[in-house]
Amino acid sequence: MLNIKCPYCGDRSQKEFAYGGDGTITRPKLNQEISDEEWDNFVYLRKSPRGKHIELWHHIAGCRQWFKVERDTTTHEIFRTFKPEE
Amino acid sequence: MQKYSVFSLIKNAFSNHEKWDLAWKDPTPKKEYDVVIIGGGGHGLATAYYLAKEHQITNVAVIEKGWIGGGNIGRNTTIIRSNFMYDDNARFNEFGMNLWRNMSQELNFNVMFSPRGIINLAHSDAQMNAYARRGNSMRLNGIDAVLLNREEVKKIIPMADFSEDVRYPIFGGLAQPSAGTARHDAVAWGYARQADSMGVDIIQNCEVTGFDIEAGKITGLRTSRGDIKSKKIGLCVAGSTNVLAEKLNMTLPIETHLLQACVSEPVKPVLDGVVTFGAGHFYISQSDKGEMVMGGDLDGYNSYAQKGNLPTIQHVLTGGVALFPFLSRLKMLRTWGGIMDMSMDGSPIIDKTHIDGLYLNCGWCYGGFKSVPSSGWTFAHTIAQDRVHELNEGFSLNRFSKGYLLDEKGLGTKTWIS
Repeated sequence: MLNIKCPYCGDRSQKEFAYGGDGTITRPKLNQEISDEEWDNFVYLRKSPRGKHIELWHHIAGCRQWFKVERDTTTHEIFRTFKPEE
Repeated sequence: MQKYSVFSLIKNAFSNHEKWDLAWKDPTPKKEYDVVIIGGGGHGLATAYYLAKEHQITNVAVIEKGWIGGGNIGRNTTIIRSNFMYDDNARFNEFGMNLWRNMSQELNFNVMFSPRGIINLAHSDAQMNAYARRGNSMRLNGIDAVLLNREEVKKIIPMADFSEDVRYPIFGGLAQPSAGTARHDAVAWGYARQADSMGVDIIQNCEVTGFDIEAGKITGLRTSRGDIKSKKIGLCVAGSTNVLAEKLNMTLPIETHLLQACVSEPVKPVLDGVVTFGAGHFYISQSDKGEMVMGGDLDGYNSYAQKGNLPTIQHVLTGGVALFPFLSRLKMLRTWGGIMDMSMDGSPIIDKTHIDGLYLNCGWCYGGFKSVPSSGWTFAHTIAQDRVHELNEGFSLNRFSKGYLLDEKGLGTKTWIS
């Protein structure tokens, strides 16, 4: 079981969290012309690396805040957790 | 090649089964092949077999990083079905059903295909309506679909919990009686043996480390056992697709996730088909040995670890015990995991790529095993003819950017909850 350190609440069991996917994806800016390619990149295309992966998690059964986790996708080692704006 | 039969079995019994031929050779890689298939799983081996059989291309290598039968072909729960609503998925998988029915004879290897049927359970009137719609779509594509009411389901699985005060009472279900199971290792071994006998080189313990591309055309690949030249390369590596895509500077609509399964201790026959309990994130069948074979959700976060975590197994078995209370008294024998190439719409990709001579076969999500023959057949056609077959033209790589999704369950792009 993963032990995830919520940046707001501290160490908690994986069971309190929901996964939110790749944390490096940014939405194309609003009120601007968006090309098909930009939209494709945002909605569908993912690197899904083997190794270090920055991802979003949601402390859904806790403080309900979203935050980011840097984790190894093979060993599941968590290197750091941080607030989205950090 | 030595033919397997009751006579060869008796004959070899006299020599204590010590004189059987090797099922396939262990060749050193040649300098050049007409086609190289990366990935010696079910799909890769089937592709090589159909390249040789249907297209007479026998100067083929199958490159496998591990060993034959060590990946998802040996890690799945062996379910074979074609209960899809969309035409592209339904036709493709029904084509595969016909290949499954003759597979043991064709490969001269008993794959123990057993059409014991599948039931998807429904728990509301709305779900019954949705299943009626899916069943009708299936029947329009010539697939046997039967909508069962509560009493009919009870006749088939009387040991399920049919109380009315449970969270998900059983209203009925959608059955495909021609669906079934097969012995998954035998499928890999059967395809490998036949491909080998027609001249295909099966090269194990050989990792691909890079690709050679000149002027937009693929010319060869680098491996841990030397460089290999080839003008046509097929990528068939399931959960490792993203790793090889990175070496090709490609980003794909695929995420790699871990899926677990488990079996109980063997018990006497209790369940003759496959039952899926979608509301409880659980499905089950009983193997010929008597083990209850069970699975459910992904672990839920990107993963390349071929083993999973306990919370998911607990979650799956909680659903299992809710449906079949007798499971609570069984001991679990073992659990294992495999890494899935989860596509953004839940349907696969079998297509050419922007690199000339590079072909892509991925995105099998939970359901790669049933598609082994149809995927191999269509991928072989795509590679040999350098164009997609009508059976796999819906599985295009650019369908995401073009908006022609095949989202069978309407779940969207969160691959980890689909």
